[in-house]
Amino acid sequence: MKKSPSRTLQTVVLSLVVIGVIALALGGYLTPITRFVISPLVSAQTWISTRVLAIQNYLDAPQDLARLRQRNLELESEVSRLQAEVIELKQQITETRVLEALVDFARVNPENRYVAAKVIGRDPSPFLQYVLINRGSDDGLRRGMPVVTQQGLVGRVAAVTANAARVQLITDAGSNVNVKLEPSRAQAVLQGDVTGELSLDMIPQSAEVQIGDLVLTSGLGGNFPADILVGQVTSVRSRDTDLAQTASVQPSEDFSQLEILLVITNFRPIDTSPLIPEESAP
Amino acid sequence: MSMAILIAIPIFSVLIILQTALVSRIHLLQGTADLVLLTVIAWALQKRVQTAWHWGIIAGLLISFVSGLPFFIHLITYLAAVGIALLLRQRVWQVPILAMFVTIVLSTLLMHALSLIGLRINGAPIPVFQAFNTITLPSLLLNILVGIPIYALLTELANVLYPEEIEV
Repeated sequence: MKKSPSRTLQTVVLSLVVIGVIALALGGYLTPITRFVISPLVSAQTWISTRVLAIQNYLDAPQDLARLRQRNLELESEVSRLQAEVIELKQQITETRVLEALVDFARVNPENRYVAAKVIGRDPSPFLQYVLINRGSDDGLRRGMPVVTQQGLVGRVAAVTANAARVQLITDAGSNVNVKLEPSRAQAVLQGDVTGELSLDMIPQSAEVQIGDLVLTSGLGGNFPADILVGQVTSVRSRDTDLAQTASVQPSEDFSQLEILLVITNFRPIDTSPLIPEESAP
Repeated sequence: MSMAILIAIPIFSVLIILQTALVSRIHLLQGTADLVLLTVIAWALQKRVQTAWHWGIIAGLLISFVSGLPFFIHLITYLAAVGIALLLRQRVWQVPILAMFVTIVLSTLLMHALSLIGLRINGAPIPVFQAFNTITLPSLLLNILVGIPIYALLTELANVLYPEEIEV
């Protein structure tokens, strides 16, 4: 079948028109026309689309709300879990710092063997300055063993069970520790008090005691090793009529913030009572 | 009755843990509240309770195991507290909270007096007036404050363990 010339011409003209329109469009000459034509179409499309979406949201809303609530709950529980984790990690950091300091202390004093113990409670009686620790005879603790921290002397083990012990702090009213003062090297007795304060008694009148002098254990009496820091002298009371001077001591340790303690396990208190001469009967 | 006695052991165990781990760290001057004493008193003041003496003995023995005080001090005080509470329960039964306060005051004073005596015998030179001002008075105040919620809790527990008999 043979194509008619008019039809061929029509095709060629149409092709030329299409090419021409494409060329004009590519050249940007049709932009004002397309804008004029498309703009109302876009507006109409936008208007319709907005309504359709609104209807769709309205229909889907209960489902989404339930999902969002569920997700919110999940996220809230996740936040709580992470907050708890943060608190736990902070506690671990604090504990690690304390342990680090205790390890340093143990390195500086290698002659002693230590068992670290955690403070788990305080004596129920307000008259007593005792703490309970989570180590006992199963860990090698015995009655009378000295207890220290990196800051200095804390007290001594007063009672032991299999896995717990009671430590009498040096601030207890019943506690007496033989100490010496530096630099004067004067001997004295450190006593606790119901208020938790420390005082020095029996300081010889001849001793020159100054505010700021260091108080160290003397080792006399055999209850504590020598040269453990106890605190610093904060005031001195000296009267000519008294037999001895007295002084107040600021402890090196904050006894209200005790967390981890070191028990010196290779020190055994010496029982000096057989050496004390008995009063002879008349 | 045996249930009411047996339940005292876990209750006082928990209370002693709370006392040593928490309450003894909360000071007013040097005074602290005594949860165990308050529980013994509040229990003894409940109308239908018949196990007050048993609770006093259990509490006294358990806390003596933890405390550095001579064991008889707690035991004597708790039994004395039960005695005072039972006496007041009969006399002022219409105002139990008043009886609670009076028993708290008398028991706290007795406990601290015995503690002072016991510690002085053991060689701890505790000045009496200083101890009264810095330990006894603040402890009294704390005990009275903490005693009110404890009394309410123990009333609920007594209602569970000793339900009121209704005549039909």
